[in-house]
Amino acid sequence: MPNPTRIEINCETGVESIIELTDAEVAEMAAQAAIAEAKQAEEDAAAEARATAKAALLDRLGITADEAALLLA
Amino acid sequence: MANTFELIASSTVGVLGASSIDFTSIPSTYTDLCIKASLRTAQFGTAEASQSLLIQFNGTTTNYSYRLLQGYNNTAASYNGTTRFFGDATNSDATASTFGNLEIYIPNYAGSTNKSYSADSVTENNGTKAAADLDAGLWSNSAAITSISISAASNLVQYSTAYLYGVKNA
Repeated sequence: MPNPTRIEINCETGVESIIELTDAEVAEMAAQAAIAEAKQAEEDAAAEARATAKAALLDRLGITADEAALLLA
Repeated sequence: MANTFELIASSTVGVLGASSIDFTSIPSTYTDLCIKASLRTAQFGTAEASQSLLIQFNGTTTNYSYRLLQGYNNTAASYNGTTRFFGDATNSDATASTFGNLEIYIPNYAGSTNKSYSADSVTENNGTKAAADLDAGLWSNSAAITSISISAASNLVQYSTAYLYGVKNA
């Protein structure tokens, strides 16, 4: 199975080429995928923690999100 | 203040997809560079409807850092890091045929100081999951930028497009 390809545009000549990735570039792509997955997991965890904290605070105050927004308007 | 835009080059991904769009041999005759892109990635089967993008200057993968303000779904957050991430594209978990919008601005790209850049991006999706990013990036390298690569950790799909503009102040 051939490696994925990339598009290269030479801005001096205007020539566009489709170039097969080297094995090293494929490995780099896989490494970046792992980093991206970890980054996404971190962002998801942070978003969930904020949502949980917000819900807990609203519950303690006994008001809805709309009512909280009204207080801050 | 830079006030003229001139199209240097553009590309549209074909039916086979592409791992990246690379602009090479960028002339040094402009003040700033600006890239406008419409991108969708092949990533599929995730809980998200978006995927992080990566930038690369002059074929170099080191000495990058970023700070990010992000609205994701219904929450806002901020992040920072030392990777080449700089924005989000719609991925293939989003509504079919939708693409994310992206703009990158690179001032003083041909100068001899470290290179800063800013990027704003939004993803498109007929659903509750979407992202809006504002990024401030730094490439700690004093070399003039002669090539720029835009990629994700999966292929860019057909009809993804990128336009590279040169910006002058006269």
